[in-house]
Amino acid sequence: MMNKIQPAPSATRIEARSATIGYDRRVIAENLSIAIPDRSFTVIVGPNACGKSTLLRALSRLLRSASGEVLLDGRSIQSYPAKEVARKLGLLPQTSLAPDGITVADLIARGRYPHQKFLQQWSREDEAAVIRAMEATKVTELSGRLVDELSGGQRQRVWVAMVLAQETPLLLLDEPTTFLDIAHQIELLELLTRLNRDEGKTIVAVLHDLNQACRYATHLVAMRDGRVMAEGLPADIVTAELVEAVFGLPCLIIEDPISHTPLVVPRGGGEVHAIQEKAS
Amino acid sequence: MTSLAEVQGDDRARPSGLAESNGKRFALLIFATLALVLVCLASIAVGSRNIPLSTVFEALFSYADSDDHAIIMTLRMPRTLLGLTVGAALGLSGALIQALTRNPLADPGILGVNAGATFAVSLGVGFFGIATIQSYIWFAFVGALGATVLVYAIGSVGRGAATPVRLTLSGIAIGAVLTGISSAFAILDPATFDRMRFWAAGSLVTPGLDNLTVSLPFMLAGAVLALLVARPLNAIALGDDLAASLGTNILRTRAVVVVAVTLLAGSATAAAGPITFVGLMIPHVARWIVGPDQRWIILFTLVLAPILLLCADIVGRVIMPPGELQVGIVTAFVGAPVLIILARRGKASGL
Amino acid sequence: MTAPANTTLMFGRPFAVLRLFGERVTQRVDLRGLTVTLVLLLLALAISIYALASGEFQVPVGDVIGALFGQATPRVHMVVVEWRLPRASLALLLGAALGVSGAIFQSLTRNPLGSPDIIGFNAGSYTGALVVITLLNGSFYAIAGGALLGGLLTAILVYVLSWRNGVQGFRLIVVGIGVSAMLTSLNTWLMLRADLKVAMLASIWGSGSLNGLGLDRLLQASIVLVLVTPFVLMLARPMRQLELGDDAARAHGIDVERTRLGLMLVGVALTAIATGIAGPIAFVALAAPQIARRLAGSAGVALMPAAAMGALLLAASDVLAQRAFAPSQLPVGIVTVCLGGLYFAWLLMREARRQP
Repeated sequence: MMNKIQPAPSATRIEARSATIGYDRRVIAENLSIAIPDRSFTVIVGPNACGKSTLLRALSRLLRSASGEVLLDGRSIQSYPAKEVARKLGLLPQTSLAPDGITVADLIARGRYPHQKFLQQWSREDEAAVIRAMEATKVTELSGRLVDELSGGQRQRVWVAMVLAQETPLLLLDEPTTFLDIAHQIELLELLTRLNRDEGKTIVAVLHDLNQACRYATHLVAMRDGRVMAEGLPADIVTAELVEAVFGLPCLIIEDPISHTPLVVPRGGGEVHAIQEKAS
Repeated sequence: MTSLAEVQGDDRARPSGLAESNGKRFALLIFATLALVLVCLASIAVGSRNIPLSTVFEALFSYADSDDHAIIMTLRMPRTLLGLTVGAALGLSGALIQALTRNPLADPGILGVNAGATFAVSLGVGFFGIATIQSYIWFAFVGALGATVLVYAIGSVGRGAATPVRLTLSGIAIGAVLTGISSAFAILDPATFDRMRFWAAGSLVTPGLDNLTVSLPFMLAGAVLALLVARPLNAIALGDDLAASLGTNILRTRAVVVVAVTLLAGSATAAAGPITFVGLMIPHVARWIVGPDQRWIILFTLVLAPILLLCADIVGRVIMPPGELQVGIVTAFVGAPVLIILARRGKASGL
Repeated sequence: MTAPANTTLMFGRPFAVLRLFGERVTQRVDLRGLTVTLVLLLLALAISIYALASGEFQVPVGDVIGALFGQATPRVHMVVVEWRLPRASLALLLGAALGVSGAIFQSLTRNPLGSPDIIGFNAGSYTGALVVITLLNGSFYAIAGGALLGGLLTAILVYVLSWRNGVQGFRLIVVGIGVSAMLTSLNTWLMLRADLKVAMLASIWGSGSLNGLGLDRLLQASIVLVLVTPFVLMLARPMRQLELGDDAARAHGIDVERTRLGLMLVGVALTAIATGIAGPIAFVALAAPQIARRLAGSAGVALMPAAAMGALLLAASDVLAQRAFAPSQLPVGIVTVCLGGLYFAWLLMREARRQP
């Protein structure tokens, strides 16, 4: 289901309004409001335990907000039937289980569940979607192999392919670059950019690497302690002061020579200078 | 297999148990040991005839030939000592097998110990007509050992070593066959059935110290092995790959654990009959208190397991006068409610 | 439209793709699983025919087939259709029910040791039956009723005790273990208190037996299975999605708590019907899904092969139970335990030798 590219960059697809979210009795974020612009590549960054994964889970309906609400296309996300949400929103959670003995293609095909019915379990569209997903994540040669036998990086690409096969206009990804080597990390981010730019998908990803986030995000959200510290275009909001406030890291911001986006260069504690001086 | 992350439900760091510092853990351990001493004293003093503690001390340190002293030395002491050692052995073997198989449903019986002992005893009763506790113990021991060897052999067939999964499944298979054959013997012969149903209830009643002296060396050997293997088990809990990179010899650790479990559970079952709940429950409780460090789990299991067993034995003695309820029956009733309450408190973790 | 792919190549195992009625009905069929299921079913049927033909009164196979189609002498008809057929059919049906029940619980608990007993059902049903047998001296229907009541109450108790904002897998397992242990101890005590004769009777019931079961039982079992089967079919796909983890399943639009509850109800219902009619038959629910999984090489648990394997296991065990120690009859549960265990061990060894 392809979206027609329409000029409406300021509309929000999914947002949280004054949401309080947490687990059991532990509150992670209180009164959080955030709007994800439609057709953006939003990246959420922040230090460990700042609430980024929790926010993603709340946006994807995995977590119910204790107060406030999460809106999808203007309506409360709880008001949709679950399968309809699954057709609009795809989620790559942090941990998933692969059943014993499952093959790559079978696992990716499970991502088609929201589009299937009891009598319609393998339509041409399902097949095409799985093939497209495998090609996009470059796992086609692995399609018949057992997931158990793959390396961490290969397995991660298969999980991403499963979410892609779901063919949703919204993609939420929780740390999708885990286990991937640098070449595959960039490959995945480029793929997400293509999906965002060419197919108009709205992407929300939690990333650990701040520089990758600056490079690829069209909308950056910096969180700390359950609060949004800043959001906007990376070039607009990423300053040394912000990085220090959010991460506690003294740094220097220069311009990435390839993408012309902010590049964070940590100042370090003087150790680097010492090495350089010794060398010279 | 139940995944660790799945079981804990979110992406935070693993909880480290109720006692979070070594200081707290040590204090709790001392407290638990004191509790154990109290329970032992109670086990000697309480019964169909309650004996005051002063008499107990007299009997221990300046034995005179009175009725009370006789009861203490010939009945209560052996029983208490047996409960102490059997409890510790069962708990310890349970901790080992759960750490090795990374399966919360595992108990020492999974290696075939109980099934093997039951099979051998029913064979002895059915074909050789044995009837005394002293003879049971040898049959049970041989049966337990034999079954575990068979389970390990089948689990190791083919390339690669006996992984925990294969050991578990092999144990289920062999255990099933042996249980089936034992049941067949019992069904076909009423006399066998009658004796087996009493043996299978598990009991600490024993005339004199014979059972204890026979099984103690094996239990000690198993305990020593267990202590030796505690640190490698910590590494294995992180996963085979990480353990190997930390220099752990996985194959050797697994073999040592299997031998230790066989010695501990086998001798315990031989001495007291099949008592199943202790080895399953106590390691969970210990883990919830001290977190996933196997060395602490083992220490706490050594102390907590006998407390459970001895309490159950005491309850069994007083709850239905003038008769007695076998310890194997009471153990679950004493322990299971505790287990369930702890599970509901939300501190329950996987492994 | 992309060109149709070679499904077998893509999935690395033989698949058939069905597209019917202008693509309103589409299915992807795992051929290896299907073949295994059919072979197991054929074997089970063959064994059942043997069961119908053999015994104290030998009937040639031709006459057996004839009797099944209503073309036989009254004597043969009586032996085959009235005496032996209900028992043989029950072995197939109850075996399949147990196989599916075990598969469901192993999928739910994501643990090869998972079985309906996780939720305490077997222990509870034995308690109920023992209470009736040793304390109340009840009839067959009373025993069955007691067993069902005991099992269901236990399952409910375990579910309720492990409910805390939903049922988390691990808590369910632990509570189930605790409750089962208590009930097992209670059962041991009840067995010790009773007279030897009563205790042996109880033990025979407790091992599970298809002895003396007639047409009325077959009808009862069939009705219940017909009612439960649609739910099994409906829940099969959500069950497979649940195997991906709660988060992934929710992300695919599955109501995790409701699906789990539904699956547990179905699993318990299947075990309940088997236990109520034949007593607790051990090991079929545990072994059949594992054996079937290995034969079919499937991902996770496979329901159809598990059902077929369960039917085969119980049918074969019942034949052995009747003939092996003739004229004494062993309770079928003892044979399932031995047979299932042996086959399981053999399969493990074979699988290990084959691994690269």
